Amino acid sequence: MEFTRRETLAVGGAAALVAMLPKGAYAATTEEWIAEFTGGADMADAGIDLTAPEIAENGNTVPIEVSAEGASEILVLATGNPTPGVATFKFGPLAASQYASTRIRLAGTQDVVAIAKLADGSFAKASKTVKVTIGGCGG
Amino acid sequence: MADGVKPRVKVPKSASAGEAITLKTLISHPMESGQRKDGDGNVIPRSIINRFTCEFNGESVIDVTMEPAISTNPYFEFEATVPEAGEFKFTWYDDDGSVYEETKAIAIG
Amino acid sequence: MIFRTMTAAAAMLALTAPMLAAGGADDDTLIINEDLEITTKAAAAPHLDGHLDEVISGWHFRDDDTQAMEMDDFDNPGMIFVDQGIDQWNAVEGSEEKSCASCHGDPEEMAGVKAVYPKWNEEAGEVRTLQMQMNDCRENRMGAEPWKYDAGAAINMEALLASVSRGMPVNVAIDGPAAEAWEMGKEMYYTRYGLLELSCASCHEQNYGNYIRADHLSQGQINGFPTYRLKNAKLNGAHGRFKGCIRDTRAETFSPGSPEFVALELYVASRGNGLDVEGPSVRN
Repeated sequence: MEFTRRETLAVGGAAALVAMLPKGAYAATTEEWIAEFTGGADMADAGIDLTAPEIAENGNTVPIEVSAEGASEILVLATGNPTPGVATFKFGPLAASQYASTRIRLAGTQDVVAIAKLADGSFAKASKTVKVTIGGCGG
Repeated sequence: MADGVKPRVKVPKSASAGEAITLKTLISHPMESGQRKDGDGNVIPRSIINRFTCEFNGESVIDVTMEPAISTNPYFEFEATVPEAGEFKFTWYDDDGSVYEETKAIAIG
Repeated sequence: MIFRTMTAAAAMLALTAPMLAAGGADDDTLIINEDLEITTKAAAAPHLDGHLDEVISGWHFRDDDTQAMEMDDFDNPGMIFVDQGIDQWNAVEGSEEKSCASCHGDPEEMAGVKAVYPKWNEEAGEVRTLQMQMNDCRENRMGAEPWKYDAGAAINMEALLASVSRGMPVNVAIDGPAAEAWEMGKEMYYTRYGLLELSCASCHEQNYGNYIRADHLSQGQINGFPTYRLKNAKLNGAHGRFKGCIRDTRAETFSPGSPEFVALELYVASRGNGLDVEGPSVRN
């Protein structure tokens, strides 16, 4: 991925700004996260799988899986959370597959988005809507 | 150092050379997101594990940058190739500077 | 829907997939670590007086992902706290310079203990929960400070003791000297509390399998306690759960460790006689 000097300064400037401001003063939006990860490149619909429940048992602990064959990195975002970042998985030379599973917090019903940077430098995106309910007496 | 942080990892005792194995890792950690408020209405500051890595004999298997949306007691499952006998090293990096480590050996056979 | 071929497996999947919509308990089997089968459904014991035909573990009322978390001790977050319990088990504490291990050996030697608690203690002249017994050992045999009820160290230890009894049927005694506490617990179970005037039975006996808002009601069995709740991402004890339930009826609730909750725990545990000890379980 190549940045022009302008883009590099913009990204670097933004990063420096985030580092300088008190926490919470600046939170990147979903669009900003995606822009930084892909550099504005297009994202294909195929090439990445995202598994998430249709209805979360509890929004505090939602199991998800991501898998993208040949990917070097996968970014996961929770587009409806106060801060969308969830995780970035970087696969090393000894990763047997580009697969990872984890548990995440979702503040409410929203789309969970996963974007993979594939072996050829292109990007693929998958999205799942997860319903998060407020429970009854026990919830 | 957060209190009572304890890792728990699942690594098979042995594998054939070149085999793909599944690893599971858990660590107890509150993963304070920075979104909660205390009884007086003050924001409880963020304090999370922000990075998890797994290496085998010094080579990277996976490197995860973690944000506050990862649940309390972070869990990861992923796959590694085992080219030879050796040691897996799992490392978690805390916002407060602490580093937690766990190692597990694996034999070929 | 158009089917090209419908194998038996696909047909099963289509029937079992929308479990949340179907209500009721599902038909899955709980096998932990691929080798420990847990009895999660059993005939109701006679002392339930026919109020329930079958007793069913809360595991059956959770979704597939949650159920899966309990099936591998490395998926189950409650097990990190069992590990902490093991550290506590081996830690030397108190004026007598002993650890639990000094008298009791390995935690595995405590298999069967959780299955029969709460139980009557003749010497003390009271029904004791496991945590009460632990604290008695700590104070009188280790010379150590008792643990706060249902918190941290006590919960970790109860989870450890539950884990070594997994697969053994719950079998608490309700007769003899325990009968008085059992009767008190039974009366509480059927008493309507709070502004909402709900008894335990209102939800857990008359409406298990139905939904209260978005929660799938279970029978309220405690064979899986202490349980790791996804909601608060930690282990929860039975008294903590009772306290929350009664608070949720908008009532003044009781305290963990109180005689009321000891009696209620005895009664509720007895409702699950026949189910296997399952703790630490994973629930909503």
